[in-house]
Amino acid sequence: MTESFDLAVVGAGPAGLAAAIRSSALGLKTVVVDEQPAPGGQIYRAVEATSRSPRAAALGPDYLRGRELVERFRASGAHYQPSTQVWQIEPSWSLFASTAASTHVVSARHLLLAVGATERPVPFSGWTLPGVMTVGAAQIMLKTSFMVPKPPFWIAGQGPLVLLYATQLLDAGIRPDGLLLTTPKGAIGRALGHVGGALSGWRYLRKGLAMMRRLKRSGVPILSDVEGIEAIGGERLERVSYRRAGVTQNVAASTLLVHEGVVPSTHMSLALGAAHDWDDATLCMKPRLDDWGKASLPGLSIAGDCGGIGGAEAAAVQGEIAAIGAAQALDKLDDAAAQRDALPLRKALAAHLAIRPFLDAIYRPRAAIRTPDDNVIVCRCEERTAKDVRDAVASGCIGPAQVKSFTRAGMGPCQGRQCALTLTELIASARGVSPAEAGYLRIRPPLKPVTIGELAALDEASAKEPA
Amino acid sequence: MTPDVIVIGGGLHGCAAAMNLSARQCRVLVLERSAVARHASGASAGGVRTLNRDLAEVPLSLIAARMWDDIESLVDDDCDYHAHGQLRVAETEVELASLEARRQQMLALGYSHEVVIDQAELRRRAPTIGPQCVGALMVETDGAADPYRTTHAFRRKAERLGAQFIEGACVTALSRQGTVWQVTTPAARYEAPTIVNCAGAWSDEIAAMIGDRAPLQTRCSMMMVSERVAPFLGPVVSAVNRKLSFKQTDDGTVVIGGGHQGRPDRAHESYQLDGRRLGESATAVAAIFPTMRRVRIVRAWAGLEAQTPDHLPIIGPSPSAPGFFHAFGFSGHGFQPAPAVGRALADLVIDGGTQMPIAPFALDRFATSGKAA
Repeated sequence: MTESFDLAVVGAGPAGLAAAIRSSALGLKTVVVDEQPAPGGQIYRAVEATSRSPRAAALGPDYLRGRELVERFRASGAHYQPSTQVWQIEPSWSLFASTAASTHVVSARHLLLAVGATERPVPFSGWTLPGVMTVGAAQIMLKTSFMVPKPPFWIAGQGPLVLLYATQLLDAGIRPDGLLLTTPKGAIGRALGHVGGALSGWRYLRKGLAMMRRLKRSGVPILSDVEGIEAIGGERLERVSYRRAGVTQNVAASTLLVHEGVVPSTHMSLALGAAHDWDDATLCMKPRLDDWGKASLPGLSIAGDCGGIGGAEAAAVQGEIAAIGAAQALDKLDDAAAQRDALPLRKALAAHLAIRPFLDAIYRPRAAIRTPDDNVIVCRCEERTAKDVRDAVASGCIGPAQVKSFTRAGMGPCQGRQCALTLTELIASARGVSPAEAGYLRIRPPLKPVTIGELAALDEASAKEPA
Repeated sequence: MTPDVIVIGGGLHGCAAAMNLSARQCRVLVLERSAVARHASGASAGGVRTLNRDLAEVPLSLIAARMWDDIESLVDDDCDYHAHGQLRVAETEVELASLEARRQQMLALGYSHEVVIDQAELRRRAPTIGPQCVGALMVETDGAADPYRTTHAFRRKAERLGAQFIEGACVTALSRQGTVWQVTTPAARYEAPTIVNCAGAWSDEIAAMIGDRAPLQTRCSMMMVSERVAPFLGPVVSAVNRKLSFKQTDDGTVVIGGGHQGRPDRAHESYQLDGRRLGESATAVAAIFPTMRRVRIVRAWAGLEAQTPDHLPIIGPSPSAPGFFHAFGFSGHGFQPAPAVGRALADLVIDGGTQMPIAPFALDRFATSGKAA
């Protein structure tokens, strides 16, 4: 079964939703394909259901704002395919997608990837123990089912999400046993030079400071400049150890939530072969985009965090700009009209992005996270350590592709999502070259693991089609 | 140092040729345009199969099989080779009869390695096989190895014997000056009296540089690998009437091939997978192993290689140039014969002839008279 559209959007977060609303208004027959059961992406996950709950206030006004976006999307006339996994994309454009029940092909003249961000992998000793999870995963449980971590629990790491999640817990009446903030001493002062004069930048900054004050007032222990975090336990997490001012401490813990910021989800754009560059400011791969969000391949646009981290509000604006660019590329809008429509959006985007250099500078992860010690597991699926990777480099592997072939690191079901960045940085440091020169894991299809049954369903369905 | 032989191509056949030549005291230089085992050699299913070979390939394949039995003494590495057998499954009585006919044909030619097994025996060897499968043709001593590891094992053994490998060295021109070949790459020029062309998917381009026309197409068979599942299968399984090659590795993953083609892009040393054909591949799997339906595929890939019109390789001296030998065009089943092909090439280069049964593979079986433009 094949359905045809002008624009296919992958992802129903702020970028995808805003793009679909705008492109539908511009007369493009638009479809949004998303793996979640309801629109909103990670940031506004389950916002339609949750915003009606009496406990919704704990999630804050920024989250609830997503409801208005989702309502506009629902009214936009765009087609919507929830709970759908895209596992293969072929040029100009065929999207092979599976739901629990069936497999189908979506064809579209223009493709917009709006697949958001993913948490940066945080490899440290013990990170694979049950009881250790990411702040992002914990926040999903909070948003979808108000599940909270099992005490005693600690939050370790840095970034806006750490502060946001911790205050959301406080508002829900839950107190973490403590925060272990890994931002090095002096980073804030050094980063202040990046704030810039934009009002919007200061607005973001004020929000962060307000969250910090709220946490401090609550009496939750907040330890700063923490390093050397280790998760300790037999079958599961029992203790967390950390180092502060050269002194190692040790606390009881059932749950340890970690977070060192988010990075663009580049799995799809890399697999498609779009040009990407290593970005040293944010220590990750970023697709090469023009100011319409167009990538290096014809008919491909990218918007939102998957094109570079900008946050939810920036993502929505980028989605609209990309929709205008797509309409122009499909001759539904002339150049002058496209430029005119995009102008106010570009100004808004610049304001939203003004804070990013500051955040990137302050929350730059420590080297120990990026190039962990020898004993630390790097590839969780295949249980390969940093030493395995360094040994492979010593025996002549020059990039992630060879390291993968030699060690199997990156070959497991997560398809390299949890180790690709670490592999690049480990290989770069072991070889004494830049991450750009070390290169990145070659992303292999399928884009998501897909069952033999789902794959076969595609063939079985087309066998039934009339010739 | 001027090498005695330059091998063009660092795939399995180039590495096997380099190893065999080095073992006979030749100074060998291997020029690889990309990286060793980058294309078909690293991407293959790794089937070590004498089963159901084209009759022209059987003698060479059987010699190779004896070399595989002792692969560790050949390359100092077991190549992760396991002789768990290979099965070619019949789903109908008609198919089973065709396997029996093949068995009789082979016996008449003096080959007894292929045997027919009945449904009960098939079920004993492959307990989760689909209920419609009624029997199989089997070679009990066949098996599978790790193709990437095997290629590098040959490479390392060649290096220990003195061969030199240069990766990222794409040959752009060949010319003969007196009794010496000049080999040009973007970075350097090399000289040797003898050249061996093991350039895989690009072999016809190399052949054309010396005036040999090789009628090749580029193919790229798609492979898939699953998540790990509990052990359920030892032998490699194929089927009479389906494009399928199916095996479970020691670590529990299932590796699936069968020759479903992706879209090769030779100019960019790249390819695209074909989603619909992956669907066909999955249908074949689900038919033969119904319990696989719920198993997840985590990765798919392909490797570029050359295919000849008759799907038999081209092995032997150039018909038009002295000191020049070819070994390519294995058409999707060149993994198993590689140790024997390497030995044959060493014989050809050093002795000027070989006892190895490669006569059916001469390039001049095709119309090569019209020199390449």
